[in-house]
Amino acid sequence: MQTMRTMTFAEAIVDGLANALRADPCVTMVGSYVLGLGPLRHHMDRIKREFPDRLIDGPISEAALAGLGAGAAMAGARPFVDFGTASFSLLALSQLANESAVARLMSGGQISVPVVYHMLHGVRGGGAAQHSTSPQAMLWNSPGLEIVLPSGPRDVKGLIRRSLKTDNPTVFINHAKLMAYEEAVPEEDYEIAFGVAEIKRAGRDVTIVATSYMVRVALAAADQLAAEGIEAEIVDPRTLVPFDEAAVLTSVGRTGRLVVVDECPLRCGIASEIVATVAERGFRSLKAPPQRVARADSPIPCSPGLEAAVTPSEATIIDAVHRVMR
Amino acid sequence: MTDQAQQLTEIYRRMVLIRQFEEQVRSLYSGGAVPGLVHLCSGQEASAVGACFPLNDDDFIASSHRGHGHCLAKGMRPGPLMAEILGRSAGYCGGRSGSLHVSDPATGNLGTNGIVGGGIPLAAGAALGARARGRGQVAVCFFGDGALNQGLVFEVMNMAAIWSLPVIFICENNGYGEYTAIGDVTAGNSLTARGEVFDIPSSLVDGMDVLEVLAASRAAVSLARRGGGPSFLIFNTYRYGGHHVGDRQDYKDRKETEAWEAKDPIPRFANHLLERRLADPSGLAAIEEGVAEEIRAAVEFAKASPEPAPGDLRRALYA
Repeated sequence: MQTMRTMTFAEAIVDGLANALRADPCVTMVGSYVLGLGPLRHHMDRIKREFPDRLIDGPISEAALAGLGAGAAMAGARPFVDFGTASFSLLALSQLANESAVARLMSGGQISVPVVYHMLHGVRGGGAAQHSTSPQAMLWNSPGLEIVLPSGPRDVKGLIRRSLKTDNPTVFINHAKLMAYEEAVPEEDYEIAFGVAEIKRAGRDVTIVATSYMVRVALAAADQLAAEGIEAEIVDPRTLVPFDEAAVLTSVGRTGRLVVVDECPLRCGIASEIVATVAERGFRSLKAPPQRVARADSPIPCSPGLEAAVTPSEATIIDAVHRVMR
Repeated sequence: MTDQAQQLTEIYRRMVLIRQFEEQVRSLYSGGAVPGLVHLCSGQEASAVGACFPLNDDDFIASSHRGHGHCLAKGMRPGPLMAEILGRSAGYCGGRSGSLHVSDPATGNLGTNGIVGGGIPLAAGAALGARARGRGQVAVCFFGDGALNQGLVFEVMNMAAIWSLPVIFICENNGYGEYTAIGDVTAGNSLTARGEVFDIPSSLVDGMDVLEVLAASRAAVSLARRGGGPSFLIFNTYRYGGHHVGDRQDYKDRKETEAWEAKDPIPRFANHLLERRLADPSGLAAIEEGVAEEIRAAVEFAKASPEPAPGDLRRALYA
């Protein structure tokens, strides 16, 4: 019998990390601002108390920290390297895309790079252009990296545990606005396999594919749509690499309608890639042209009204669903 | 032969091996057998051999784009290395890496690197992992003078110093970053100052004298092994060829090249061995012939290997 406990996303991250640190002495952490700067950050104290020798804070040198993590991983460690805000990870892009991502293929499979890079993405209120970035689409275009995008506490705990077991370089991207979100989470140690989507809400009329915080926004939109008689099915891929293509195609096969919600910019974004995949492999299931609900192709402004105007919302999701239901 | 004489003739053999290997690659490249670009290290043999000689198999190196010498000096075999450079399936990495990313975990080689400065944090990371294991392993990163103007060098030096990592930074200053002379693009009179600012012991070494390179490297390795932290060594050397085979080198003065060729590390070390009667001319000639035979066999091995099948591509791709 599973014992469940209601906990925040932040506590679930710490639970998953603590389980990984306890289970594997090779796991080490670089950077202690994994929970961001909000009121829940004190939950990291538990890690500092329980594993004082396994957590170091480094200088603000993202590129070097990323490379150090990759080198330590090549030498047998399992480092968890935190960049803080995802915008800062771009300083380390060469170490991610040119070193970590390529080492396994370039070595003919002899060298594994079991490093986890953690970052907080997304529009979080006043972050403006350099504290709101969602780099997952850019990274999705760098073959060799696994990419994880949890949308809730139960998932994040199991996915973080899994990320510290796989032999790949893994980019673990959490949304700053998810930290306080609560749900019932199994108390015991568990992991969630990569590449397995979860249907967060079943529905017959339209498939909404969403990741990370946009799953929460899409669920709220689905409640409103239900009131007008439209039942949306919400598919959460949970990992972009590996990507559970079958789950998306199966759902679209049932509903015949597709909306993809994405916090990356529209151009070459996650929504674009998923819509392209369905157009190529599930075209005959479609009863209407698929719709992409993504961030505007603009740097993110600071002022709240402008910020909202470029970010996907319940209203823009509902509009897109209305377009595919026509 | 005494142990010391044996060690010294082995050092000679390795330098000859690298020179002959590189000249063979040059010839294969000119014949169209090598995909992409190749960057040769002829002239820089003393640096690779002297720096790697004090290392154990389980010590790490991270190399640069000019890295065949480091690979051979650290113990990789010429046959599979040549096959890799030719993109063949019998290469160390199954033809995936070519010259610019070839690696070999068995000899602690984290790889040559196509990004200037790209391997420097990898070596420091390996040093961090090694320190955690506590077996006294060290890591060496090789980079050229061009990498001195990459910010990453200073980020990593800072970390190596604050965490006292067993890593040795080796700058092979061959006078040119790609097609540009160091003086045209590098400010400041002192290159060692770039390590000293982090309180990292830093020294300038004659990179054409393998014994000087060896002495400096031994001291740095010994310091790192006993927990004394990083060192920064600048080996002044010269690349006889261009940035890559086929580079016209119209930015170089022929007289400059001749002046450096007069300091060639291989005959210079041969004279040292002969003068001190640590070897005789017939012994050195036998080494050269033995290496020539090894290189012939390496080329034969590489050419006999098939190219990798495109269907195998995903074999080593996880994500």
